[in-house]
Amino acid sequence: MTAFNRRQAIEQLQAEAGDVDRLLEKPSTQWRLALRRFRGRKSGMIGLGIILFLIFVAIFAPFLAPYGPTEILIGVEDVSRYDPPCIHLLGCPEDRPQHIMGIDGNVRDQFSRIIYGSRVSLTLGFFTVTLALLVGSSIGALAGYRGGWFDNIVMRFMDVILGFPSLLLAIAIVAVLGPGLRNALIAIAIVTLPGYARVMRAQVLAIKESDYVSASRALGASPTQILLRRVIPNALTPLVVLATLGIATAILEAAGLSFLGLGAQPPQAEWGSMLASERNQVFNAPHLVFFPGLAIMITVLGFNLMGDGMRDALDPTLNR
Amino acid sequence: MVVFLLIRAIPGDPCTSLLGERATEEACARFNEANGLDRPVLVQLGIYMKNVFTFNLGDSVRFSRPVSQLLIERLPLTTELALSALTLAVLVGIPLGVLAARRHNTAIDTGTMALANIGVSMPVFWLGLMLAYIFALLLRDTAFALPPSGRLSAGVFSIPYFEVWGWQLEEGSTAARVHEYISNHYIFNNLITGQWEVFWDAVKHMILPAVALATIPLSIIARITRSSLLEVMGKDFIRTARAKGVKERWVVRSHAFRNAILPVVTIIGLQLGALLGGAVLTETVFNLAGVGRALFDAITGRDYAIVQGFTVVVAGVYVIVNLLVDLSYAYLDPRIRLE
Repeated sequence: MTAFNRRQAIEQLQAEAGDVDRLLEKPSTQWRLALRRFRGRKSGMIGLGIILFLIFVAIFAPFLAPYGPTEILIGVEDVSRYDPPCIHLLGCPEDRPQHIMGIDGNVRDQFSRIIYGSRVSLTLGFFTVTLALLVGSSIGALAGYRGGWFDNIVMRFMDVILGFPSLLLAIAIVAVLGPGLRNALIAIAIVTLPGYARVMRAQVLAIKESDYVSASRALGASPTQILLRRVIPNALTPLVVLATLGIATAILEAAGLSFLGLGAQPPQAEWGSMLASERNQVFNAPHLVFFPGLAIMITVLGFNLMGDGMRDALDPTLNR
Repeated sequence: MVVFLLIRAIPGDPCTSLLGERATEEACARFNEANGLDRPVLVQLGIYMKNVFTFNLGDSVRFSRPVSQLLIERLPLTTELALSALTLAVLVGIPLGVLAARRHNTAIDTGTMALANIGVSMPVFWLGLMLAYIFALLLRDTAFALPPSGRLSAGVFSIPYFEVWGWQLEEGSTAARVHEYISNHYIFNNLITGQWEVFWDAVKHMILPAVALATIPLSIIARITRSSLLEVMGKDFIRTARAKGVKERWVVRSHAFRNAILPVVTIIGLQLGALLGGAVLTETVFNLAGVGRALFDAITGRDYAIVQGFTVVVAGVYVIVNLLVDLSYAYLDPRIRLE
């Protein structure tokens, strides 16, 4: 719509409603519309709520956790390994120290460890996706924009990565780099990278033929300018959705790697490795397996719900 | 080939991993020579490619046995596990998706989709452990008790069908190995020979791992079925069918469902990779000696032959399944023709 048409349309509206100033100030952009649609979706809002809650817990962990994440309570309190949860409100004797998620195999407070674990999972999910998103979408954008042999070689390589079961490939990469949280992060970023590259490439291919790109080119914009200022901003929408859902996958896979002993190493409070180190106690101290798993599930659920909500909000074809 | 080069890029050599940190250089040299590891990598690759095409997958340095023999022993378990999980996911996931779509925007729809959302967010290993806790401990004295680990109970043995039927097979022949491979599918083997006690024992051991492994694919299939069916139900030809007075059940079954099934089939094919990844975790949780667990041990223990051999087989299966999925399109949708 040209500026002239818009002016006309607004004047017409003015005649009808008499509220031009507000219309001029706040044009209903795509993002604003999307935000409104997102607010209307209950599941997306629940997901957002879960994530905000987790971020709150992660930031204020030292204030929320009654003990340190690696603080051993031998000699500090009258507790022993594998003590079940003790909650005063639920009838645990008042003279016993309160541990709402019980005591783990190294006599540490499980609740505090779970709280600190949120920091690890959230940072890991965020950085993994950022890395995969940056590298993947740059590759995809270049491949889509340049085309030719570069496109062919790069995308065939992406197909090879996609051809493997992702967890197995991640295991192999961690085996190359050595176990540890940072390497697990890199491994998951590598196996999820082709997804971003493909989506970005498809977007770029579609956008580069559009009229406004031709117009920019006719006005003398350089390829770099076109790519950075015209193509990429318009290609971002599906990537944002993919990235949100990607955080969920990254957290789940990182927990899996930690469970296999390839991710976070003890004594770090990470949910997957907490679960792994106590998995043989599942029959006599089930709380040590139950709570870390529940924490993983709730976190992943939060990002999944929010990602779904965002997809529905940002995809105009789903305008139901 | 990619696997071959990647696995050799892993620092740390099989010698120190196997003979221990204090292995002398001399011992390592002898070990490498015996296993052909002293040749240049490209020569190793050439020899390997030749062997793969002649179905010789090499020997595992860790077990000192041919990789093909290990595959015969371990692949059937993973096949059974993956197939049970996939069957469960399809048989439960599709009806759930259809139900949610037909009761769109009702409590049933919301409830099903909430469950599906929780399902995709569930860590496989956690679910496995929790199921084991519930069915092997809490319900141990009830009719619902299920074993938490292994393939068969102690003292129960699966007798291969060729022994039951008294076949004379030449030791070490290809035929004998094929029959051994088939008979290692315990559920199948004991079904065809009618050893019901062993059969039920094998099935009982398979239920928990299969449920744990099936949860994520099941939820994904249910979601895709629902959204695909909802999209089709909004089309004009559905309105036409309804206007003709076709019964609602029939509209869904023969008009909508056939048109909605294609994306679902695609997703089912894609789930195979996820199943294999999940199999590593499931086999770890339930102490099952399958391909997934073996691959994990081999990757971390630098057992090149196993990693390569198993990956070739796994990748092969993956390619074949996706080819079958592509071929099935033509059957499911007559408008698609294979050229």
